[in-house]
Amino acid sequence: MDNSHIPQTLPRFSATFDPHTLAEIRRAAATGIYDIRGGGTKRALPHFDDLLFLGASVSRYPLEGYREKCATDVWLGTRFAKKPIHLKTPITIAGMSFGALSAQAKEALGRGATIAGTSTTTGDGGMTPEERGQSQTLVYQYLPSRYGMNPADIRKADAIEVVIGQGAKPGGGGMLLGQKISDRVAAMRTLPKGIDQRSACRHPDWTGPDDLEIKIEELREITDWEKPIYVKVGATRPYYDVALAVKSGADVVVLDGMQGGTAATQDVFIEHVGIPILAAIRPAVQALQDLGMHRKVQLIVSGGIRNGADVAKALALGADAVAIGTAALVALGDNDPHLEAEYNALGTTAGAYDDWHEGRDPAGITTQDPVLAARLDPVAAGRRLANYLAVLTLEAQTIARACGKRHLHNLEPEDLVALTIEAAAMARVPLAGTNWIPGQQF
Amino acid sequence: MPVVDLAVSSKRDLNAALHALPANTNETHWHIANPDGAHALAAGVDAPVTIEIDGHAGYYCAGMNSQATIVVNGNVGVGVAENMMSGRVHVKGDASQAAGATAHGGLLVIDGNASARCGISMKGVDIVVKGSIGPMSAFMAQAGNLVVLGDAGEALGDSLYETRIFVRGAVKSLGADCIEKDLRPEHEEILAKLLHEAGVEGVSPTEFRRYGSARGLYNFHVDNASAY
Repeated sequence: MDNSHIPQTLPRFSATFDPHTLAEIRRAAATGIYDIRGGGTKRALPHFDDLLFLGASVSRYPLEGYREKCATDVWLGTRFAKKPIHLKTPITIAGMSFGALSAQAKEALGRGATIAGTSTTTGDGGMTPEERGQSQTLVYQYLPSRYGMNPADIRKADAIEVVIGQGAKPGGGGMLLGQKISDRVAAMRTLPKGIDQRSACRHPDWTGPDDLEIKIEELREITDWEKPIYVKVGATRPYYDVALAVKSGADVVVLDGMQGGTAATQDVFIEHVGIPILAAIRPAVQALQDLGMHRKVQLIVSGGIRNGADVAKALALGADAVAIGTAALVALGDNDPHLEAEYNALGTTAGAYDDWHEGRDPAGITTQDPVLAARLDPVAAGRRLANYLAVLTLEAQTIARACGKRHLHNLEPEDLVALTIEAAAMARVPLAGTNWIPGQQF
Repeated sequence: MPVVDLAVSSKRDLNAALHALPANTNETHWHIANPDGAHALAAGVDAPVTIEIDGHAGYYCAGMNSQATIVVNGNVGVGVAENMMSGRVHVKGDASQAAGATAHGGLLVIDGNASARCGISMKGVDIVVKGSIGPMSAFMAQAGNLVVLGDAGEALGDSLYETRIFVRGAVKSLGADCIEKDLRPEHEEILAKLLHEAGVEGVSPTEFRRYGSARGLYNFHVDNASAY
């Protein structure tokens, strides 16, 4: 019998066991090891796109776009440091290590940040001369591993960032697999070449906020109270973490949401631990306000900052500055479509390449292979980063002027509404067209 | 010889004065009175001077020391000589946790006992403890020598890299990837030198047992998952 005229049931994938999930089950069964990758979370999350600015109206006057000043500068470290940092733009470069990145990439970050008048940050593995030399303002990370940590470099830094966690892996330590432990990286970290380096997740000589207070005191004593001391946390319990950082004596708190990138971490960690930055900013600001420290202890937020609108929204929610990592790497040349053939050869495609831990980056950024790394021209890449930072700043200014603000820091939650109930609840701004802020009592 | 009485002077002024010392200073021997357990005493010194602290010191005494000889005539709190680069730190009493943590160089001598995590993540320092050490000592220790004349607590040398550990007494247990190794003549030489530098007399290097990394966890393999 000919049944060709009967409509057939189309093949249907399960929403629960979708093709990616099935592939991961097969990969796990074949290898016996979790997936490790770079970058931040790839899942859809409530984010800055779920917020809108209201702009000026009858009750609020805008500023002329090209004539009236809208300042963008920011001071960081004004609480205790004798030498606080003054940046031209509130968009800083997040901590990324030499080891995870090539020396050329680190140099390019320094060059771009310096042109833009902002800071860049070291990472696990210490400070390189290339980075220090090209960075007008360099923040030195103080990490659990203390790889490459030495007092001479601390004194060369402009600020110290005590890293407790990062958004991609709050509660996890660093990871740098053997492919990237070159002779130079091994020497800087006092490790055998080619091993899989797994950094500690806790600091070796302090535990908890009371100890942290004493550790910060030591760092201040060693640097004669000159340098701002930041405390960086992954976004998990932002109200309490920020309050405890302030109690411990931080000048600046860096809060990194789960969209923030990592050089190498288990995918399950990246995707399932921590909270989005949108949900973290208001509790963090609330903690500062409750302690009377908002704008006195500065708040830098990061994790998924892509454009000037994101910058403006983060500042409107109460942050003093933002940090970018993934976007900065893209500006340098990461995941660029002109390398599509090479990404294809690695089994991926431009825009999705995340095997940064393997050290085979065709863009020469997340690699220690000297041939690949030499592909990145630090001067040209630095220029691209500077251009990108300029655009972010201009975009944020455009929005601020439309809201009638003479300084980016004058943006406020009242300038924002949310497109979704989730974003309204997290950002604590009204759902657009209503005066309803979920969770708020009237 | 400068004498700083912390009952009347501030720690800040003391550390600032020590940091300001030029390499050719003739103020080469300092005495600190009444430390009263203050934290970060003589932290960040970078000059070839001797600093004697008469009494107990708090956390991070001699932290990140370079070049200086620092003697504590008392006990010390957490993290004595943490991240030391060079020089010598001598504690006449006992030390709390994380003694010599992450230190890159120099010599740390503790006449008494050291608590947990002694030599954690050490990166080249030599540590001689004349008493015993607590649990999780030499955790992730990367380089240098840890010499213990007494006993060692649980999980000694867990996830060890290339630090050599020498223990004269009993070891309660070894951590992941830490094993006993042969004590060869070159190790006896190292021990003899360190014992001499630490002022230990009448103890033979042959009385020690050597522990080091099995190097089995240097590269991840699924069959070792239970070790992590």
